[in-house]
Amino acid sequence: MFSPRGVMMLAHTVHDIQVFKRHVHANRCNGVDNEWLEPAQAKEFCPPLNIEDNIRYPVLGAALQRRGGTARHDAVAWGYARAADALGVDIIENCEVTGIRRGPNGAVEALETTRGVIQSRKVGVSAAGHTSVIMRMAGVHLPLESYPLQALVSEPVKPIFPCVVMSNTIHAYISQSDKGELVIGAGTDAYTSYTQRGALHINTHTLDAICELFPNFRRLAMLRNWGGIVDVTPDRSPIIARTEVPGLYVNCGWGTGGFKATPGSAHVFAWTIARDEPHPINAPFTIERFRDGYLIDEAAAAAVAH
Amino acid sequence: MLLIVCPYCGERPEIEFTYGGQAHLARPHQPAQLDDQAWAEFLYMRTNTKGVYAERWRHARGCGRFFNALRDTTTDHFLAFYKTGEAPPERTA
Amino acid sequence: MSRAAGGLRTPSGGRVDRTQRVQFEFDGQPYEGVAGDTLASALLANGVHLTGRSFKYHRPRGILAAGSEEPNALVTVSRDAARVTPNLRATQVELYDGLIAESQNRWPSLKRDFGRINDLLSAFFPSGFYYKTFMWPRKAWKSLYEPVIRRAAGLGRAPTHADPDRYAQRYAHCDVLVVGAGPAGIAAALAAAGSGARVILCDETAEFGGSLLAETSALIDGQTALAWVQQGIASLAKNNRVTLLARTTAFGYFPHNFIGLNQRLSDHLSRPPEGRPRERLWQVRARSVVLATGAIERPLVFPGNDRPGILLAGAAHTYLNRYGVRVGTRAVIVTSGDDAYQAALDLKNAGVEIAAVADLRSEVAGALPDAARLAGIDILPGSTVLGTEGDLRVNAVTVGRVHGGKVQAEQRILCDAVLMSGGYTPSVHLFSQSRGKLKWNDALKAFVPGVSAERERSAGACRGVYDLADVLADGAAAGAAAAGAAAGGGARRFMVDAFKRSSESYLGALPQAQAPSNDKSFVDWQHDVTSRDLDLATREGFQSIEHVKRYTTTGMATDQGKTSNLNAMAIVAKSLDVSIPQVGLTTFRMPYTPVTFGSMAGISRGDLFDPVRTTPTHPWAQARAAVFENVGLWKRARYFPRGGEDMHAAVARECRAVRSACGIFDASTLGKIEVVGPDAAEFMNRLYVNNWSNLSLGRSRYGILLREDGFIYDDGVVARTGPDRFHVTTTTGGAPRVLALMEDYAQTEWPELKVWLTSTTEQWAVIAVQGPQSRRVLETLVEGIDISSAWPHMSVARGRICGVPMLLFRVSFTGELGFEINVPADFGLGVWEAVYTEGQAHGITEYGTETMHVLRAEKGYIIVGQDTDGTVTPDDAGLTWAIGKHKADFVGKRSLERPSMKSAHRKQLVGLRTKDPRTVLEEGAQVAAKSGQKPPMELIGHVTSSYASSVLGHSIALGVIESGRARLGQTLYVPMPDGDLEVEVTSPVFYDPAGARINA
Repeated sequence: MFSPRGVMMLAHTVHDIQVFKRHVHANRCNGVDNEWLEPAQAKEFCPPLNIEDNIRYPVLGAALQRRGGTARHDAVAWGYARAADALGVDIIENCEVTGIRRGPNGAVEALETTRGVIQSRKVGVSAAGHTSVIMRMAGVHLPLESYPLQALVSEPVKPIFPCVVMSNTIHAYISQSDKGELVIGAGTDAYTSYTQRGALHINTHTLDAICELFPNFRRLAMLRNWGGIVDVTPDRSPIIARTEVPGLYVNCGWGTGGFKATPGSAHVFAWTIARDEPHPINAPFTIERFRDGYLIDEAAAAAVAH
Repeated sequence: MLLIVCPYCGERPEIEFTYGGQAHLARPHQPAQLDDQAWAEFLYMRTNTKGVYAERWRHARGCGRFFNALRDTTTDHFLAFYKTGEAPPERTA
Repeated sequence: MSRAAGGLRTPSGGRVDRTQRVQFEFDGQPYEGVAGDTLASALLANGVHLTGRSFKYHRPRGILAAGSEEPNALVTVSRDAARVTPNLRATQVELYDGLIAESQNRWPSLKRDFGRINDLLSAFFPSGFYYKTFMWPRKAWKSLYEPVIRRAAGLGRAPTHADPDRYAQRYAHCDVLVVGAGPAGIAAALAAAGSGARVILCDETAEFGGSLLAETSALIDGQTALAWVQQGIASLAKNNRVTLLARTTAFGYFPHNFIGLNQRLSDHLSRPPEGRPRERLWQVRARSVVLATGAIERPLVFPGNDRPGILLAGAAHTYLNRYGVRVGTRAVIVTSGDDAYQAALDLKNAGVEIAAVADLRSEVAGALPDAARLAGIDILPGSTVLGTEGDLRVNAVTVGRVHGGKVQAEQRILCDAVLMSGGYTPSVHLFSQSRGKLKWNDALKAFVPGVSAERERSAGACRGVYDLADVLADGAAAGAAAAGAAAGGGARRFMVDAFKRSSESYLGALPQAQAPSNDKSFVDWQHDVTSRDLDLATREGFQSIEHVKRYTTTGMATDQGKTSNLNAMAIVAKSLDVSIPQVGLTTFRMPYTPVTFGSMAGISRGDLFDPVRTTPTHPWAQARAAVFENVGLWKRARYFPRGGEDMHAAVARECRAVRSACGIFDASTLGKIEVVGPDAAEFMNRLYVNNWSNLSLGRSRYGILLREDGFIYDDGVVARTGPDRFHVTTTTGGAPRVLALMEDYAQTEWPELKVWLTSTTEQWAVIAVQGPQSRRVLETLVEGIDISSAWPHMSVARGRICGVPMLLFRVSFTGELGFEINVPADFGLGVWEAVYTEGQAHGITEYGTETMHVLRAEKGYIIVGQDTDGTVTPDDAGLTWAIGKHKADFVGKRSLERPSMKSAHRKQLVGLRTKDPRTVLEEGAQVAAKSGQKPPMELIGHVTSSYASSVLGHSIALGVIESGRARLGQTLYVPMPDGDLEVEVTSPVFYDPAGARINA
């Protein structure tokens, strides 16, 4: 259920073009596919896209990663679960962590859960929006804030949308699942929350953008909306690192992204846990970078020209 | 959309406001005296509380004033609104 | 069908008008219905049950329900090529003359469908089949399996034209919002309105009344149920504090009693009036909410329970009494409670043969069953259903008798309709969305509302109250309480004359024989989830109900499990040997029923998508065919082409004009903030990196604002226009966030400072006049300021121009002698035209943002956001000179002391000159120290700005390069797809480095 159908980022301003071309070149020099498309080429790749100038922010071009795409997230999780299970890993469902026990030397000793205590000298925390809650059980504070993130799907329709399209400028994300639902990402709400739901205006705003870019979809209907919690770091980049508590490791701060990096981040996280030292790839993704100022800025100040 | 009570204007819908993050974080008077760790705490560390959280809002599309609120982040229900500089109100239970 | 046509419509009764015949088309066949029909009732009146094919197995499916819970009968309705709406439930589509509907998910036709082979191959399609089956060979997924699955999946087709319809939106406030206009809802609205509250009553159907519209025997306070409804609605309609919204679905319950309603305004009309919106989104803030959303009849899970002709007993009752349609001629009723006997009696009265009532209860007693017995209806207690027969329509059902937990006898009964009733599932969707806590009620075998999270009350069937007298009283009590009516006085009681009935519910799959039928027992009709699929999921280790749901996709179809969720949970509970509450609930998510994207977007399209900000000279630029660019919300003239020039030619000409004579540029979009107060200088000192104490009156200075993390946030010229007054300019896009940052510090960190901040961006028009001739252009126009060379660069003064008050800056973003005229915005266009006219003799040329960019880049002036990206410090940008030398603190200063900020490897702003002067680098291109690298390359920076300089005769570029300033004179490489481009590292100042021109 891996569907590398291409991911296209739309540019609507001169500033977008500069930023995306920087990505295109940086990717290319690192051996990662990414190419620049003029509006007509973008339309050719994604026929429902409106490239006319009858919209507020006409499409000025797009960065296309042809090998990008979607994977069925549940299937990915279950696939890993099956493989882990086959390797002898116990997967315990409906099991909430309630505490992290530390020994006299401060090191991790055990996990307390709603289904009992699990003795372990090493604990890896990968709890997304609840990471700060879990880590606080061991006395570790992290530079994280948890925000609601919503998404929605349309009713299923026959294949109409061939790729993934994103627009950061007007806040749109859309693809079509194998089942036929248009999968649309809405934005985060303004405030931190653990309620796993968000406001209606966040959805109407994202559908404004979808209907601008794809006016054919205005008659389609939102079938289901849901909200999750995303943990966000000050530089919008993850933390994959050891902590001040011996035996406690954390992989967090993926914000609204992360799924695409799951396999890779898990590999280096496993390395970090196993060897008690970071892999060269995750070496910069420390907690200490916030103290020392070595930020990895994904947020990149989005200023506009004079 | 949350219903927010601006202490100066009264009940208004959330879209009139901007969020200001955790409340009661004062900028150190002499940042130069702080070591890097202490400065980083001020810059980046937030309690990210699951439960009652003291936070700032600004009635940006109204009176423009900043104020504070107590909100339960597990329900998004507000417990109190109070002015900048005031201590959070005592809560019962 | 001719035998049945006409014969299935009753001669009288119901809410349809038989004198108004309505022609419509379904799958190309013409049919006739009557006014008041839904598409579903009209099809049933024509004997048509087969309306769709199931999602996975393509099994023939008929109409199951009569309302929004319908899982099967999904159709596409088309008005014209652009007005095509897929996936509508035929049970909700109101019939209009000329309606054209098509079934979906079938090929080549509904009756002969090739996808049916999936049913025969169903051993290969268990739950999770997507994840397990199509894995080999690996390459086949992309080329074969995925395209096939994608074509097979989906329901209707998406429209292929832009939707021409309008959608409206409004906000509303009320004291009491009542959701659902059945008996509980109407009683609630009457009670609330009676106490003077502002009330909104909405219902998803076309007519208020809910279940009472199909009630033929009960009397309420001595009136027929229908008369009671009509009288109640009439009294509400007369009350101007009451808003009645039919065809309006409350689809989402958001925090703080904020409810989303979707109102359908024109889809039911044959010819909607021109300009009428198709739908309206209501966003309602209610002081209190009464949920009177009713209950949904629960289907029964038995082999072959999905054949066309098998439907919910309550639906058959509704079709008969509300629409005057018999769903068949000979029916078998399967039930777990009394209500289906009412359907049996009414159908029998209407001439439908009732072959038998198979009752799941071993003991059948009570007023309704007794009445049925008296009417000669055969009742089979202790029954179960073992299977059904019939291809495109059910024609027989096999009923078994359960004794001592074993199925002992069977009986095959011929019929053309099977009506099932497993009791009711309260519609707790909105309650649950509001985050109220549900509690399990073992007697009702259902979840009902427990503790509320909002100011909200549930009333009637949605909280498990089913008896009509109780429902009405419950509604009235909820309405009164919601309106805050004084307690006491006694709750309103209703005299109801109707059969007492027991509504026993059934959960899970019906008991089967030792060797059960091979046919499937469906739990989720639309997604083809069977009881076996659920068992398989638990056997594979999925215990969490959220996993089971996703793995089997139960409850995830367009009906969102309205008829299936509780049966699914019961089967999972049995399989895991736990109680239903232990299995837990999946989260109810909005929307209750699907909501059109267009209604969510409303009028937010084109120029109304985002506000458009234009400058005072916008019409002038438009008249000269300027090409505009979007910068934030602003429209800015990018260049002014003449005689077919492209951008390159126009910009080259504009640049030369500024450098050789004079240019005029609209800089009004620059953010402007007036910082005023006795502590204004102190405030600016604390905020900006610069020293402001020594900025004297009538002088200005280039200011830099950092974030507290030490990175450049904004920049702009700041003028001292009074001892207590600064005129601060910001970048175009930065104005709101700079003001917000200033307010934050002023209000919350330094409330002791007496300083006030005012945005004046829109108050001033800013006209930049730049170039060696600029002084001569302005000399004759400016009054009250000596603008001779004695008035130095960075001076500011108040004067007049063309009789208009002016704040004049001698300032330059071009490197030339230049001025910026600030006049009140309303005078902007007039002054611009006067300057332009005066300038004609001096070669004045209008220029746009692109030329501005080239000119500033020739001087090495940065654009925040283009040459900086949120990781650039003042030193990186070569701006250390701007930092006040003796300041103890300013925003961001402490962060500049962190180890990373002292690193020798920081990227620094430099100039880049290509070896080939004609080559213009691409902005965003990467820079390497070594040539000829293959990916992954070692990269040391990137190009931030790059232009062809017509004045210099070669290209210029700015970039941020690791240790850039130490590399002056070095050759670096820009790796492009067709090879490296050589560049030399230079100073970022390409033009007039001594600054002679600016000080001229």
